[in-house]
Amino acid sequence: MFRLSIVTPEKVCIDADVASLTAPGADGYLGVLSHHAPLITTLKPGKIEYRDDQNVIHVMAVTNGFLEVSANRATILADAAEDAADIDIARARAAYERSRAQLISAEKGETSIDLPATQSALERAANRIRVYNETHK
Amino acid sequence: MATLRAVKKRIRTVVSTRRITKAMEMVAAAKLRKATQRVEQAKPYAKKMDEMLSHLASAATGEIIHPYFEDRPIKRKTLVVITSDRGLCGSFNTNVLRKAEQWLAEQKDCEVELVTIGKRGNDYYKRRRWPIVKFFGDWGGVPNYDRTREIMTLLTSRFVTGQTDQITLVYTRFLSMVRYHVVGEPYLPIAKPALKEGEQVGEYIFEPTPEEIYSSLMPGYATTKLVTAMVESFASEHGSRMIAMGGATKNAGEMIDTLTLDYNKARQAQITKEILEVVSGAEALKG
Repeated sequence: MFRLSIVTPEKVCIDADVASLTAPGADGYLGVLSHHAPLITTLKPGKIEYRDDQNVIHVMAVTNGFLEVSANRATILADAAEDAADIDIARARAAYERSRAQLISAEKGETSIDLPATQSALERAANRIRVYNETHK
Repeated sequence: MATLRAVKKRIRTVVSTRRITKAMEMVAAAKLRKATQRVEQAKPYAKKMDEMLSHLASAATGEIIHPYFEDRPIKRKTLVVITSDRGLCGSFNTNVLRKAEQWLAEQKDCEVELVTIGKRGNDYYKRRRWPIVKFFGDWGGVPNYDRTREIMTLLTSRFVTGQTDQITLVYTRFLSMVRYHVVGEPYLPIAKPALKEGEQVGEYIFEPTPEEIYSSLMPGYATTKLVTAMVESFASEHGSRMIAMGGATKNAGEMIDTLTLDYNKARQAQITKEILEVVSGAEALKG
């Protein structure tokens, strides 16, 4: 068991003891168990899975953030994190289509956009859709 | 003593003013409740961010290489003043501006430029012809994450490109529903984070390199600091307005009481006068 806190600018998503955690680190997914070596990594948009003290697996979608593990505590600071069950799929799909359309029209030189922002918006939406599809089979 | 009609008209005016201030008080109270919630919600993230940065700074060996930490000789300073967009909030803006003036008076050997957040402060400095780099207004009393990011980008890029060597924030810390404290706080360069007393960090694994972690962490850190300042400022503004409008409502009530008294006195005086006239008229007829 170790302590996991997932915090976003809006709220504290979870602050509880968990048995294991997998998170999308900078160099690919990584697993964390009790007494993991101290670690700081950036997170990519992806899926967080953790097993709580009742052995239930929870899945969340995260966008960019950071993970720190030290002294048997794991802290995730994320720009946004939602429980897979709370994902608003219609909104995610709409966001996906919107940023895709923006990218395409920018490619043709019709409009100018904030490219990195739109790309990361697209990535975020795609990630939400992916996590939603994986958990709603 | 005023005539009956004039007094009555004044009473009506004050009554409708009281209705307005009462409504404004209630609106401010509702907004304050939400704003306090936001202050509370923003705290854990800011705290964790501080912790993570201090761990990173102490665990990554060698000097911190990120440009936000660069402490160089100061030729030019930037002051960010956070005020409200609207008035009728008591001495809130006056207090912020007083602190800002105090800070400005202390700067002697360097150039100073301003960034204004909130219309009140912007108007104030525009009138006094201070160099304003940019003005951010029309917040509607709610903080906005994307726009705050925009401000952060402006400030940090000015700092990194050497257009300014030090950035200071003047804003209000939110203490409670009825109390706030005006502070002047350094924003950039960021002081090298220190560990809490008794805290120790061992060897860390970094993924990717510490430099890359810094470069993704620092903009977020800078935004969080700014967001915290704005969230607290808005909460203080609503608190201040609630108190000011509460006071105004009470004063209006007292004024209505006094005017009603005046009105009744004038009415009685008139009745007495009329009776006297009738009586003395009858006396005269008796002969």
